[in-house]
Amino acid sequence: MTYLNNPGSVLDLVREGEVHRDLYTSEAVFDLEIQHLFRNTWVYVGHASQTPNPGDYFTTTVADQPIVMIRHQDNTIKVLYNRCPHRGAEIVRDVHGCAGTSLRCPYHAWTFNTDGSLRRIPEREGYDNTGFESSHAARGMTAVAAMHVHREWVFCRLAEKGEDFETFFGGSLSTIDNFVDRSPAGRLEVVGAPLRYVNRCNWKMLIENQTDTFHPMTVHASSAMTAKTLWEEVKDKHEGPTPMVVEAIVPFTMPYNFYDGMGIRVWPNGHGHTGVHNSIHSDYTEEDEYFNAMREAYGAERAQEILGEVRHNTVYFPNLMVKGPIQKLRLFKPISANETLIESWIFRLVGAPDYLLERTAMYNRLINAPTSMVGHDDTEMYERAQQGLRAERNEWVNIQRLQLHDECTQPEEVHSGNSEVQFRNQFHAWLKYMATAAGSIQAAATQSATGTDG
Amino acid sequence: MSVTEQELIDFVVREARLLDEERYEDWLELFTSDGRYWMPLEPGQTEEKLVTSLLYEDMILLTTRVRRLTGKLTYSQQPKSRGVHILQLPAVDSMDEAANVFHVHTPFQFIESRMDEKEMYAGWMDHNLTMEKDGLKIKMKRVELVNCDAAHHNMQLII
Repeated sequence: MTYLNNPGSVLDLVREGEVHRDLYTSEAVFDLEIQHLFRNTWVYVGHASQTPNPGDYFTTTVADQPIVMIRHQDNTIKVLYNRCPHRGAEIVRDVHGCAGTSLRCPYHAWTFNTDGSLRRIPEREGYDNTGFESSHAARGMTAVAAMHVHREWVFCRLAEKGEDFETFFGGSLSTIDNFVDRSPAGRLEVVGAPLRYVNRCNWKMLIENQTDTFHPMTVHASSAMTAKTLWEEVKDKHEGPTPMVVEAIVPFTMPYNFYDGMGIRVWPNGHGHTGVHNSIHSDYTEEDEYFNAMREAYGAERAQEILGEVRHNTVYFPNLMVKGPIQKLRLFKPISANETLIESWIFRLVGAPDYLLERTAMYNRLINAPTSMVGHDDTEMYERAQQGLRAERNEWVNIQRLQLHDECTQPEEVHSGNSEVQFRNQFHAWLKYMATAAGSIQAAATQSATGTDG
Repeated sequence: MSVTEQELIDFVVREARLLDEERYEDWLELFTSDGRYWMPLEPGQTEEKLVTSLLYEDMILLTTRVRRLTGKLTYSQQPKSRGVHILQLPAVDSMDEAANVFHVHTPFQFIESRMDEKEMYAGWMDHNLTMEKDGLKIKMKRVELVNCDAAHHNMQLII
């Protein structure tokens, strides 16, 4: 298929119950995803706690774009392209830093206010009578088309036109809300650097695996069953409570019916989560100090309600996964059709005891690191699939498990935890936000761009 | 029982060799019962538990890791990885016989190979050793990669 000559043909790659291998392996399809899907959707940028004071900045990428998130002097967050309007140099390169009251390009010393507006150019009279005032450069650093801050979580949309933030996320924001509410102070803080690592596979394999409840008992037997067996051998000699690492890793051995009972909830636009009724995070030992702080903050009933949510993995389409009870997020950054950069960030629940932070740091390195003996087998499966999909005479990937004819039609639905409904939900959204590749405006262009700093 | 500088150096060299020769059960015996293996995520990191590390493992996790590497269901080791340490001469940083604490610092390269892929790592390993009845043991092995904060591929073997 010649996607470059006929971009609209990518919409034929998704069928009911099966999707074409080119979605994972074609560089042309990947380029179209970057141009359309990752521009029409709301993509996670960062967390406001990464830039606590005016002038503080954080550099990242959204789709293929160099981005800097910065706190302006008026305390609002700005999301700008990290590009000097003069000659194009990236203005800042440290992941985190403080620009003070102005950003300064290190190439020709142009300076910018912390909202990106042009502040000063050395020897400015050199632009007299050149028409500079109407140039692109005179406008300063460019802001992204739309951004939104929801409870200190910063998202942006690169396309000028598209759905607003609330319409895009709908009911799925309940996972972020519950995550923030788990802090007695109602506030989260990013802690330390993220784990960053590269898998040699398409980004969709990673995001799909987040709600793939049919793989842990097979893929993770090597680590989780080994740990479980070892723990059975040594636990009689062990003093004190069950170690956190054992509580974290052993549930990966749970059978199909456990994951079935967890349930999957799906929302429109590709969002969904595992762990509706219970999850592998349900049975962690909690200390009284935490519940007492929560009761103090919210009252006993509300505290119970907040902590009663044990959502496992929430997918925010296209490339974010959030784990409230484990206080972390994972971002799957597309690099090429065959390569994905994974970032795993952890959070402190402000006002909560340190054992919770210790648990999330442990979980991060144990389960989601390039050094993780659990993650190694996940990566192996993605990379095997990336290679195996080269095979001819079957060009389709099956996603039919527990498919229902009327699914994904309601604002919110709950399905069996073993259903592949969330994969199908993501591909419905994929079609919707790729529609602009066919020249269609049905998906994204019906509403005017209304970026807010909310 | 006194310890010489050469014994400390020999210990570090032997430890790397046990890993390269996949003598993992012997390798586990080199740790004290409360021993730790730590690979920080950020350069110069001093916090072990309240920020992310690449690895921070006690004997339960190290034993799991070693058993997994040779397990029949370990798909990421089908086919297996092979690794080799290239050590600089270990430097004995401190010898405190009274406190029974010995520190050894060793710059290294480590090459991990699987199928046609080859990953090269470099950094410093710091051994905090102590003498027990049956010889020197590791209380802490801290491995800091020169690019610990870079985006790596799978690192499956133990450095």
